Amino acid sequence: MSYHLFLHQPTTPSNLIYSSSSFSSISILNSTNSYQEMENSLVNHETELNLKATELRLGLPGCDEVNKLQCNFSILRSNKRSSSEISTEVDSMSKSKLNTSNGSEITSHDDQDNAPPSKAQIVGWPPIRSYRKNNLQQKKGESEVGMYVKVSMAGAPYLRKIDLKFYKSYSELLKVLENMFKCTFGEYSEREGYNGSEFVPTYEDKDGDWMLIGDVPWEMFMSSCKRLRIMKGSEAKGLGCF
Amino acid sequence: MMCKSKKKKDSKHETNFMNSSSAFPDEVLERVLSMVKSRKDRSSVSLVCKEWYNAERWSRKNVFIGNCYSVTPEILTRRFPNIRSVTLKGKPRFSDFNLVPANWGADIHPWLVVFAEKYPFLEELKLKRMFVTDESLEFLAFSFPNFKALSLLSCDGFSTDGLAAVATYCKNLTELDIQENGIDDKNGNWLSCFPESFTSLEVLNFANLNNDVNFDALEKLVGRCKSLKTLKVNKSITLEQLQRLLVRAPQLCELGTGSFSQELTCQQHSELKRAFNNCKSLHTLSGLWVASTQYLEVLYPACTNLTFLNFSYAPLDSEDLSKLLVHCPNLRRLWVVDTVEDKGLEAVGTYCPLLEELRVFPADPFDEGVAHGVTESGFIAVSEGCRKLHYVLYFCRQMTNAAVATVVQNCPDFTHFRLCIMTPGQPDYLTDEPMDEAFGAVVKNCTKLQRLAVSGSLTDLTFEYIGRHAKNLETLSVAFAGSSDWGMQCVLYGCPKLRKLEIRDSPFGNAALFSGLGKYESMRSLWMSDCKVTMNGCRFVAQERPRLNVEVINEEGGDDSRAERVYIYRSVAGPRRDAPPFVLTL
Repeated sequence: MSYHLFLHQPTTPSNLIYSSSSFSSISILNSTNSYQEMENSLVNHETELNLKATELRLGLPGCDEVNKLQCNFSILRSNKRSSSEISTEVDSMSKSKLNTSNGSEITSHDDQDNAPPSKAQIVGWPPIRSYRKNNLQQKKGESEVGMYVKVSMAGAPYLRKIDLKFYKSYSELLKVLENMFKCTFGEYSEREGYNGSEFVPTYEDKDGDWMLIGDVPWEMFMSSCKRLRIMKGSEAKGLGCF
Repeated sequence: MMCKSKKKKDSKHETNFMNSSSAFPDEVLERVLSMVKSRKDRSSVSLVCKEWYNAERWSRKNVFIGNCYSVTPEILTRRFPNIRSVTLKGKPRFSDFNLVPANWGADIHPWLVVFAEKYPFLEELKLKRMFVTDESLEFLAFSFPNFKALSLLSCDGFSTDGLAAVATYCKNLTELDIQENGIDDKNGNWLSCFPESFTSLEVLNFANLNNDVNFDALEKLVGRCKSLKTLKVNKSITLEQLQRLLVRAPQLCELGTGSFSQELTCQQHSELKRAFNNCKSLHTLSGLWVASTQYLEVLYPACTNLTFLNFSYAPLDSEDLSKLLVHCPNLRRLWVVDTVEDKGLEAVGTYCPLLEELRVFPADPFDEGVAHGVTESGFIAVSEGCRKLHYVLYFCRQMTNAAVATVVQNCPDFTHFRLCIMTPGQPDYLTDEPMDEAFGAVVKNCTKLQRLAVSGSLTDLTFEYIGRHAKNLETLSVAFAGSSDWGMQCVLYGCPKLRKLEIRDSPFGNAALFSGLGKYESMRSLWMSDCKVTMNGCRFVAQERPRLNVEVINEEGGDDSRAERVYIYRSVAGPRRDAPPFVLTL
């Protein structure tokens, strides 16, 4: 009849399980002598084995013993200055004494070899669930949900909006614009731009300048484009030819 | 005691008595006992005498099993024949942090097989850290015609196909609650599997699935389930779609918004605002995965009655949070990301005096960017304004002993205190001392403390304090802490109510392990990983305590004498019969 106690959390630990007297601290002390002997013999046995050679550790390959994380907090404490410096340094760019632009200041620090491995190397630390961790990685991959920019066209009564993230290249983007606005841009050339086309695709960049679409690499375009405008060939005369 | 009294027997009732010395017919006793809901009370009831034990077991409808290996489904069903609701927890908690290899166990299937035979009227299953396959979900859907509520948290092994089976075949489903799990998210088709005739849903949570669902199907489902009280949608749902759902379900009490980001026209904006205005019963709000600042204001009318705000995935800054919290005077529970910073927490202290629970999650736990996060001053600010605070989970990069002491002086009612200073072994950043005095203050001031998680640079002194003062402590989590066996011994000797002890990367060895020999059978479990315990030490424990399961997980090629990961738990089921090769039962 005693087994049911395992299914619930008994409020009193000194329960029916022990027919002998409950384990008071006195009885534990009496029996620790035998445990102590056991422990002593175990310790002796273990020192005979060469534990260091087969020891598992966390840390970068080639790190010396001092990099061991497990169980050796005197290491962390003796390096506490370096670890706290490193951790506060990551946090605050404003601390003037730390020259964060000069990364070598940290790497040349004496204790670099003795510094504990960065957090990312410790399994399961900080203790957050995998789902949350994966979510963070996703967030870094997509800085915004979409990258919607306005598209205006000379003579059109209203603007449109497109999601630049949707496209992987200029050819995709231009094709969509051609469809959306029922126009054609003609052939792009570095020297002549879209010379000869009735319509020319342009964009406003971060500096507020109007640029010809196609001049810079796609990624650079993506990060600097604020909005698009389809100009008339005559409007765009100044952009294409130098 | 009832069973000992010798009352006059009514001969008419004699045939109804199972035991004639009882003053109550069993039916009456069972009826009365069926109203006893608390697990602890039912346990006490079952100990009174044989009649009460039997009445309790016949009348029990819910069972909670904190460790699925502590008992077998056969033993469970033999004792409790009428169970309608089962809650099962499987893997050790540190499995959430990748400290337990895959395929460790905690498979729900053997349980379902026995339940299909013994509990054909099973209605509810709540699983945490269990291994669940699509086959098991299908089996569930087919085996229990009355099945109503499924809740999965931190489980793995299944995909959205399993959800499709549940949606298709569980005709009486009222609750489908898919929380954070290791699910294989193949597609959103499962949602379209609810038949058109299906109207019983009360709780639908798919916030943590990523794929698009068929919005038309969702809208129709929400429209026809008039009892829907909880709806938590995923990121794929736009603001416009959210508005349409709200219009169909103004009776919602708990809402998980989608990404909360979209370009809206003026009209759409005001429609959304009106929709929120109409949700008079909302008490819980979550989601806001992206949360454009400009749309947060549509929430304001719905905030007055909010008691729980789960912004644990919403990258809000201090200004957004402050503006919102002004409208949330009744808030009891708040979960945020540390992007709100100390300033945001000051707003919490100012506007939410009734706050009881605060959880602050790290946006950047691996220090990959310039992350400020929260500090000790935010913690103090909350404690000054929210004197009723009793639950805190706080991830931070710096802390001081003085700050923690101030916090617990302001809020002595803590029952759950989980502080995570994210750099292991980090001392008080102002004094460079260990954080011993911080946790000393916690256990001295907070006499009701049930759960404690410690962090930072800690010596044995912390554990001395815990052993001396934390008399109500039930759960303790330790990482990268302590100086010697003495620390762990203090806790084992000093905390009478300790049930769960989980330790990683701390210098506790066999002597510490042995000091708990008198205690482990009264605990649910002990976990020790990357400590100084050896295989021989574990063998000794196994030998001395045959009613404990002593399991060791060692990686291949490791040192054979070290016990890398030890999991010790009491069990009436005997040693596991389904242990994978890397789990050694001693």
